[in-house]
Amino acid sequence: MHIEIDEISKQFGTTAALAPVSLSIPSGALVALLGPSGSGKTTLLRILGGLEFPTSGRVRFDGVDATGLTVQERRAGFVFQSYALFRHMTVFENIAYGLKARPRASRPPKAEIARRVQKLLELIQLPEIGPRYPTQLSGGQRQRVALARALAIEPRMLLLDEPFGALDAKVRKELRQGLRDIHDETGLTTVFVTHDQDEAMELADLVVVMSGSQTGGRIEQIGKPADIRARPASDFVREFISA
Amino acid sequence: MSDITPYEGRFRSATEESPAARWTMIGVAVIGLGILVFAPLLVVFAEALSKGWWAAIKSLGNRDALAAIKLTLMIAAISVPLNAAFGIAAAWFITKFDFRGKAFLITLIDLPFSVSPVVAGLCIVLMFGANSWAGGWLVANGYPIVFALPGIALATMFVTFPFVARELIPVMVEQGRAEEEAALTLGASGWRTFWTVTLPNIRWALLYGVLLCNARAMGEFGAVAVVSGKIRGQTATMPITIEMSYNEYLSVAAFSMAAVLTLLALVTLLLKTALEIRHADQLASARRH
Repeated sequence: MHIEIDEISKQFGTTAALAPVSLSIPSGALVALLGPSGSGKTTLLRILGGLEFPTSGRVRFDGVDATGLTVQERRAGFVFQSYALFRHMTVFENIAYGLKARPRASRPPKAEIARRVQKLLELIQLPEIGPRYPTQLSGGQRQRVALARALAIEPRMLLLDEPFGALDAKVRKELRQGLRDIHDETGLTTVFVTHDQDEAMELADLVVVMSGSQTGGRIEQIGKPADIRARPASDFVREFISA
Repeated sequence: MSDITPYEGRFRSATEESPAARWTMIGVAVIGLGILVFAPLLVVFAEALSKGWWAAIKSLGNRDALAAIKLTLMIAAISVPLNAAFGIAAAWFITKFDFRGKAFLITLIDLPFSVSPVVAGLCIVLMFGANSWAGGWLVANGYPIVFALPGIALATMFVTFPFVARELIPVMVEQGRAEEEAALTLGASGWRTFWTVTLPNIRWALLYGVLLCNARAMGEFGAVAVVSGKIRGQTATMPITIEMSYNEYLSVAAFSMAAVLTLLALVTLLLKTALEIRHADQLASARRH
């Protein structure tokens, strides 16, 4: 799905989180929002997911205005920084949650839900962990379960907030490849937020470099990783990617 | 470094005190608990049974005593569920939304803790008494508030209002909004999110709040004393009945009733402990997260 961000800005009270930014994300792309903290990247992601509403500007999905769609109507698979797994539910119940929450008419029968959950568990290469609770999993496993839970609702797009932030370097590398594989397999338009330029450069098709300022976060440069490396558009970008 | 000599004895963990200090502290705690908690409890039961079981049971069996027990249970049955609902709503509102005047609202929730129950009772009398504008109309239409059950329920609810909210707010603050947000992105409605995510996550805090609220609701004296009018057999709750019997030198009746009230509180505590033991693993997993 093609996502178009048209002059989106966001104010929290008197603080400007996002100066008007525009960005076009082609269908099926894997995009990184890269920037330091305070650059508005998470705010932009949450606006795409319908968890925040912009102060001004429009969001269009495949050319259709989606700015007013509620978080439920967005059908965005969202992976939270802390994973936000339901701690009182098993992994199976976590992944099945979105399917069970559907209105009766479009809710798959029980056996079908179980089949789909099993398929997702295999996709994240943890076929055995259905009966376990989130507290019994390692950080990397939790992250993958969160991804499976987001995929279960057959989302229009995948949004990930610092998906590898809390993991150690080795697991991080493995999961990067895992996300790339899942993206290529599902063909979902995927946007992830990161402050790690290596991660952005290695994983994404398109990198959006953002910076913070008094007037709110803004976009410094949009481009393929190689282009950004070769031709940084500003001093900020040059410094940030060489750090 | 000549002050360091090889040590050959038992190793003590860094946070452990010397045996003398430990036994002194344990001793102080045991004596304190004994004087402040166990001795009074024992005295209540001893006094109640001082003329034998039969006298105690007979004093509880008369019509007014039974009415008092029934009234107290009814007040708890009305005020506890309502305060649980209000407490959840208040805690939810305070922890899941950002708005101006939040600190003021939190202070307001604590108000019943800082206002003397007697003052609270007087406020209700002033607002709903027969001489007030609202009270006059209600009495004329056959719905008296003061010196009747609604007034006692109102007074009890005012005094016990903070318990549930106070118990829930820290838990909900610690848990944040991420799980609710996750449920919403997965397509769940706000209502479904509340029942399937928020409520299960706060159920233990809610239980503690409800039990505390219940204990206080059954034991409330000051506010109820003002609004009830102390009509024997009608508006006298258990604590009021205890006071009246005691003032009339009916010590067996007073202490028997006190023993029943104590037992009700002990049953609540036992219930709580039983639930904790039964769901120990769940509790642990919820806290570890």
